[in-house]
Amino acid sequence: MNLQLLAVITVDGLVYASYLFMVAVGLTVIFGVQKVLNVTHGAFYSFGAYLAAQMIGLYYGADWPAYGGFAIIVLSAVFLGVVFAFLIERGLLKYLYHRDEHIIVLATFAAFLMLEDIQILIWGMNPYLAFQPMAELGTTDIADLTFDNYSLSMIALSFVIAAVLWYALKRTIWGKMLLAVIYDREVSQAMGINVTAVFLGTFMIGAFLGALGGAYIAPTISVQPGIGVEVIVLAFAVVVIGGMGSIPGALIGSIIVGLSRAAAVHMLPEVELFVIYAIMALVLAIRPQGLFAPVQARKI
Amino acid sequence: MKGVYDKTFWGLTIGLVAVLLLNLFLADWLRGIGLQSLSRGMVALGLLVLWRTGLVSFGHALFFGFGAYTAALLQRVGINDFFVLLLAGTASAGLLAYGLGFLLRRYRAIYFALLNMAFSMILWGVIAKLEVLGSTDGIGVRPPSYLGFAFEGETNQMILFAFTAIFTYLVALATHLYLRSTLGHLTMAVRENEIRVEYLGYSVERAIHLKYIISGLVAGFGGVVMAFAVGHVDPDSMAYWPVSGDFVFITILSGSGNVAAPIIGAVVYEMIRSYAFEYFPHVWQLIMGGSLLLIIMFLPDGLWSLLERTRRKKSVG
Repeated sequence: MNLQLLAVITVDGLVYASYLFMVAVGLTVIFGVQKVLNVTHGAFYSFGAYLAAQMIGLYYGADWPAYGGFAIIVLSAVFLGVVFAFLIERGLLKYLYHRDEHIIVLATFAAFLMLEDIQILIWGMNPYLAFQPMAELGTTDIADLTFDNYSLSMIALSFVIAAVLWYALKRTIWGKMLLAVIYDREVSQAMGINVTAVFLGTFMIGAFLGALGGAYIAPTISVQPGIGVEVIVLAFAVVVIGGMGSIPGALIGSIIVGLSRAAAVHMLPEVELFVIYAIMALVLAIRPQGLFAPVQARKI
Repeated sequence: MKGVYDKTFWGLTIGLVAVLLLNLFLADWLRGIGLQSLSRGMVALGLLVLWRTGLVSFGHALFFGFGAYTAALLQRVGINDFFVLLLAGTASAGLLAYGLGFLLRRYRAIYFALLNMAFSMILWGVIAKLEVLGSTDGIGVRPPSYLGFAFEGETNQMILFAFTAIFTYLVALATHLYLRSTLGHLTMAVRENEIRVEYLGYSVERAIHLKYIISGLVAGFGGVVMAFAVGHVDPDSMAYWPVSGDFVFITILSGSGNVAAPIIGAVVYEMIRSYAFEYFPHVWQLIMGGSLLLIIMFLPDGLWSLLERTRRKKSVG
């Protein structure tokens, strides 16, 4: 294997990994706290992509400073995070927490089907293109190959997200409260933690991250129907490989998946479509809880 | 041990006779819906068998697609007999379930569901990438012959529907007898408390493995029927993950009260789907998702519980 190929695989893999991480980390945050495997996360992603693409189009249509496009991306994701948290968590999941976990997954699947159609009602079937922020950042040469800086910036953004989440969980009072709620909902409620607010808050952050994944990737892809269906099952794979509910797991999982997919694309294209699921099955077969499953507190 | 001739037996028999009689007069498009209902109903029946133990699979499109593709590929090499293809598709899916069962029987809850999904996505990826298997375009399936007799157009559909109904009847009856046996009852106990079941001297893993094989067999059966009903197999409508989601949808919609429930549920599902698609083509998924949410919220034990509720009222009154 020559050095150039190695460089391509590494960079492509890391870019793909960072994209996966952004989507998967929101899924894992919600699973970690609510114990809900949230299929609607795919819709958060696609709504994020659509809204950002549309807003970017409008923004660059009016002759404003070019770097504002990035603010648009983040703002779109924040907006969707808040809307979806109230819609899905308050409007649906609240009534289902006491039910069987499979039923909850199916309910989110139902909501996902509905959101897929609502998305088409809002944005139609035609693809949206929002390349401007990507054109804004230019390109870099690595090992005689040209990569666009926008994709590289995704890698940086993922590490920032991972660091912020890690800090918030381990070093702030909010993180401690969250851990308490994860371990024992009733006792933490008795200790005066507003569990309802914690649930809503985490869901908002999770939904924001899902939408941000879509919004940030929007300039690099053609935003069209079906992107949510495709991404949610990838995010499942990443989260399961890393261990459901674990943030370091989501990071490692997406790096593994990203690199192996990039390797497959460049060296063995026949397996490209299923290499991720093969790894998922392999990891589950060896470590049934995934690589970094959070330790389960034993209750008496 | 109760006799074979219980309420469910008579219910299924009357149902079969009614369907066979109706078959003579049905419009062709209704027969198509009927065939697809029986196909999806069979897979949901397999999921019901698992659901009784508290296990849900988000990947039974694996066996569905495997059965369908086995039949389609065998037809390509010249085997065209309905019974042979049905048997081959069912058996190959069963064999696959037997093999995977050794691994999957160790898993519970969401991990069971997701590991199944992983395997079904592998099948999807393999089919979509391989030109030999028709890639994303899929392969066409011709009308089969029946012990050397071949039929055209509507007659073929009629014969196909009749035989499918008869086989569905037999499979449903066999499943019913299984669920009523000691081994079948055991599975409810597994759902409640696995350790106690082990102390009673039964192997939980083997009980689950058997269930897994049964669910794989009937899903393969459903796949073959679907291949003939649609006349075409392709990865996106046979093995992609939302296909598995739809099967779970039907299982929950139906309820787990009786083996007839998934079949009734599948008919209802197919009806909603066809009408929604016909009259509201832009929002049919919205209607499907909405109906599913309503069922989950207000009819947690599925459509079958409606039937049981009316029966209970009668016995009280």
